[in-house]
Amino acid sequence: MKLVIALIAGMLFGGGLVVSGMTDTAKVQGWLDVFGAWDPTLAFVMGGAMIPMAIAWVLTKGRSPMTGGNFPAPPEPKLGRNLIVGSVIFGMGWALAGLCPGPSIAAISFGGTSLWIFLVAMGAGMFVAPRVRAMMDA
Amino acid sequence: MENIAFQIDWLYGLIGGLFIGLGGAVFLLGNGRIMGASGLIGGLVDGSGWSNAAERIAFLAGVVIMPIIVLQFWDRSETNITDNVVQLVAAGLLVGVGTRIANGCTSGHGVCGISRLSLRGIVATVFYIMAGGLTMALFRAVLGWI
Repeated sequence: MKLVIALIAGMLFGGGLVVSGMTDTAKVQGWLDVFGAWDPTLAFVMGGAMIPMAIAWVLTKGRSPMTGGNFPAPPEPKLGRNLIVGSVIFGMGWALAGLCPGPSIAAISFGGTSLWIFLVAMGAGMFVAPRVRAMMDA
Repeated sequence: MENIAFQIDWLYGLIGGLFIGLGGAVFLLGNGRIMGASGLIGGLVDGSGWSNAAERIAFLAGVVIMPIIVLQFWDRSETNITDNVVQLVAAGLLVGVGTRIANGCTSGHGVCGISRLSLRGIVATVFYIMAGGLTMALFRAVLGWI
């Protein structure tokens, strides 16, 4: 059952990414290009996604997940250096190619060689990240 | 003409966004999991998420499959992705390292975090958008490279 739910959730996410235009790197780079031809689409995507998600968080109160277990613990209040440094590094890469992890997976079937090069590099980055984090903490 | 294109684009953005949020809601209420793309992928890559690998793979399979179905009816395959290898490799490495160090990306910190008013999600989103905006300004407006 968990797997079916995961598949359905993934399909909604992937479908939403394509419909919203977030697999088009020009739209993402357009959103970040505040000094150029600014494209506000991403704000509508984020806003739209907040609505079902905010309702879902309210529904978690006093309940358990459908398939058992527990809901995630409340968010940690502590920010920490890793959150800031990591987000800045991510933002730089996000702007360079106009891709973040979700859309890079959603575009696998039509992104061609360029997308695969990005994916392999992203995988390599994720693979070394625990070591980078350990170096930062040292 | 461009104005008309935008008028339609924001609506697609809103509708697509609703589906993205619906996916996150299903994953949360069904499996008790936060829909964060970088965490779901990264856990498979570095081995930290192998204990529930099947669930991660099922989710990612859905992310790949649905666009294939949508594209049968609506050609939404324009990615405008660069073919500059250096740019792609640099971008991929930065996105991979950054999202894992920050423990989240646009979906985890952005969609799932902000919607529960998580301070970490809000701060992360402010910083990756600011860093992205400054990077775009430098590489497009100043240097004219991308």
